[in-house]
Amino acid sequence: MSKVTLTIDGIQITVPKGTTVLEAAQQAGIFIPTFCHDPELSRPGACRICVVDIPGARNMPASCVTEAGEGMVVYTDTPAIIEARKTNLELLLANHPEDCLTCHKNGNCRLQDYAYYYGVRPGAFTGEKHDYPIEDDNPFIVRDMNKCILCSKCIRMCEEIQGNNAIDFSFRGFSAKVGPAMGTTLSDTEISNCVFCGNCIAVCPVGALTEKAMLGKARQWEVEKVTTTCPYCGVGCQYDLNVKDGKVIGVTSTDGDVNGRALCVKGRFGYGFIHHPDRLTTPLIKKDGAFVEASWDEAIGLVASKLGAAKDTYGPDAVALLSSARVTNEENYLMNKLARAVIGTNNIDHCARL
Amino acid sequence: MTNSIGEIAEADFILAAGTNTFDAHPIIGIKIKKAVANGGTLAVIDPRLTDSAKLAQYHLQLKPGTDIALFNGLANVIIEEGLYNKQFVEERTEDFEAFKQTVAKYTPDYVSEITSVPADVIREVARGYAKAKNSTILYTMGITQHTCGTHNVFSTCNLAMLTGHIGKESSGVNPLRGQNNVQGACDMGALPVVFPAYQPVAVEANREKFAKFWNVEKMPDKPGLTVGEMIEAAGKSVKAMYILGENPVLSDPDANQVMHELKSLDFLVVQDIFLTETAQLADVVLPAASFAEKDGTFSNTERRVQLVRKAIEPIGDSKPDWEIICLVATAMGYPMSYDSPESIMNEVAKVTPSYGGISFDRLELCGLQWPCPTPDHPGTKFLHANKFVRGLGKFNPVEHIPPNEQPDAEYPMVLSTGRRRYHYHTGTMTQRTGALEVFYPEEYLEISCEDAGKLGINDGDKVKVTSRRGQVEVTAQISERVTPGLVFTSFQYPDVPINRVTNAARDPISKIPEYKVCAVKVEKVS
Repeated sequence: MSKVTLTIDGIQITVPKGTTVLEAAQQAGIFIPTFCHDPELSRPGACRICVVDIPGARNMPASCVTEAGEGMVVYTDTPAIIEARKTNLELLLANHPEDCLTCHKNGNCRLQDYAYYYGVRPGAFTGEKHDYPIEDDNPFIVRDMNKCILCSKCIRMCEEIQGNNAIDFSFRGFSAKVGPAMGTTLSDTEISNCVFCGNCIAVCPVGALTEKAMLGKARQWEVEKVTTTCPYCGVGCQYDLNVKDGKVIGVTSTDGDVNGRALCVKGRFGYGFIHHPDRLTTPLIKKDGAFVEASWDEAIGLVASKLGAAKDTYGPDAVALLSSARVTNEENYLMNKLARAVIGTNNIDHCARL
Repeated sequence: MTNSIGEIAEADFILAAGTNTFDAHPIIGIKIKKAVANGGTLAVIDPRLTDSAKLAQYHLQLKPGTDIALFNGLANVIIEEGLYNKQFVEERTEDFEAFKQTVAKYTPDYVSEITSVPADVIREVARGYAKAKNSTILYTMGITQHTCGTHNVFSTCNLAMLTGHIGKESSGVNPLRGQNNVQGACDMGALPVVFPAYQPVAVEANREKFAKFWNVEKMPDKPGLTVGEMIEAAGKSVKAMYILGENPVLSDPDANQVMHELKSLDFLVVQDIFLTETAQLADVVLPAASFAEKDGTFSNTERRVQLVRKAIEPIGDSKPDWEIICLVATAMGYPMSYDSPESIMNEVAKVTPSYGGISFDRLELCGLQWPCPTPDHPGTKFLHANKFVRGLGKFNPVEHIPPNEQPDAEYPMVLSTGRRRYHYHTGTMTQRTGALEVFYPEEYLEISCEDAGKLGINDGDKVKVTSRRGQVEVTAQISERVTPGLVFTSFQYPDVPINRVTNAARDPISKIPEYKVCAVKVEKVS
């Protein structure tokens, strides 16, 4: 593969031909802000926050769609570039709700981060602001289009990764808005074709798309993320359990071997059972037809004596064990050991056929 | 799966049989959509117009229970038109002649009569599957949950071997498994006839090996009972049962009978995270920790072993299943204790050749696909590259067998059951999320417009579904997804325990029940 060598902010870097200036800068450890760019999605080059200065270029090119060239010289932080980015941010903030105090994405928002980094405050431009109703007519996703910066990552995620084409741009100019066809909401699934995978949320750089059940549960910096394997179907998606104060408060995407950032509705939004009040919290023993709470010692003692009695009286094959396709390998291994080594029967199976 | 999930996106031709992929395996659905977007051809074999069938270039909407005829028909065309892979058949397989003879009578016209799939479509799909560079077969319970389920799977294997579409990238026979760790439960020996890694209990050397390793005198040699057989034997030869994380009262066929049989046990212990319909019948209930409260591993449908990491402490006084099993074993006189699931996996690796190279340290970096026999083995992306496990791939010629129960004058319709996108298995978890059950609160019965008209049923009416075994009430939904004569619902709602209606007739080899076909009558509840 042919290579090109370019110089970015005085640093020389050699990259494969076809690499963009943005990717080359990232490889060189040089920061360039992005809103609409995502390495997994197509490149519209739309937001222009990633502009750079390339002497000889016609204007300030967007680095995400400019191919690195041999001998190219690039500057990422000239006064003109900084000014351009600041103006870009000022224009976005001119039509953005100033509610970082209560916004769920506070602390994990690119608009907020870049405004902080470049010292941009709201108020540079004044004019009309959107006043869209917040869409929360489903139990999964809240869409606040007042916060949308039209980066289109959600649209491309839905089209290019999820393949559902539930949302797109509608209207033009200042009225441009992301949503399902016919101005309906996601919950009108006959029209929207939305399956509530929430993969759009995973790429939203601002607070326009959020997980409904996570709102008000934790600030971004309070959350501990534990990467684990989804407990539903056999695909084995990886995701992050979001934990605060010993409670699971939500699920967010990670980069899974099988699924990347994509999840389905069950994986992303089906975690509520973990803390459901119906969870069993203590051993139960049935006495006179009704369950009464018992200690572990009492319950285990009873189980061991009853299984043992069946084995001793009728032989080991009078005992049967159903293991589970829901528990871990280690636990299935132990059930197989319990059946064969401890009880002495091959009567062990699970729900593989159901 | 013979192949990896990621390879599906690169397939040139996907033959998806009895898999409602977009609902049951949405992330695999993404890969199918990607393959189609890349120019691949999708052919879906399903009696229902599922979302994947809507996307497909070919929807082979066969009569329920006629899969073997259809697969034999595809093979017939491929052989007749000389499209089969002669080199592969010669070098890698055996018993081709017997197979050729069997499929000879399954001409497209004959198969069309049995299946209702037009003969031209059979021809086109056969040609497409045979000629594509990479063709892959995906299947799930739609073909396995029949009394001829094993033969249905044989017929997919026959087709793959006939065309040489196996043992290479994006080409193979791929069952998409339904539960997070159904692969792992099988791998770990939670089956009545095998030790971990499918080492048969019938082989004396295996029994000796495990007896020595587990430090007991001997291992039982009598094959064990499958789930359905256990329940049938309950109260008879089986006196006590230990059920871990299963809910047969809702998930097993002919559920009234299941309840009756479980009640006749001398002793039933159920270990679960909720007081399920099955747990309610127990003498002792042991509270287990959920996946979020423990460490361990799950093995996914592409044989990838991945870590499960503890995020929170067990709820209340519940304990992880592995700890509970150790307590029971120890109380029964066999001291069993491990300091962590990692130690258990270290033991698993010693006696499970395909997991020999798997350790938590390696899994911290990425998942590993078995076979992974040694610590330096990278894992196996696809199987059967140069050789089948048994050596030569064996053609298993199979004949069309009709379902166990056929519609008749009293029960004139076919009921098929399956899964919904918003719910999971018996709903124990998904009915308690605060989200999924809010969006999809009620189950319904899909019925065709024609049948609804004949029976005077409107959309949203309560109907009664009755079979020879039982009845349930459910809301009717007039749907284009089903053809006249077929009705469909899921088994995921405790309010609609449809398995009181389903047929417990089983495949004689795999013992899987015939959930996909039973004869019912549907009446409006006045």
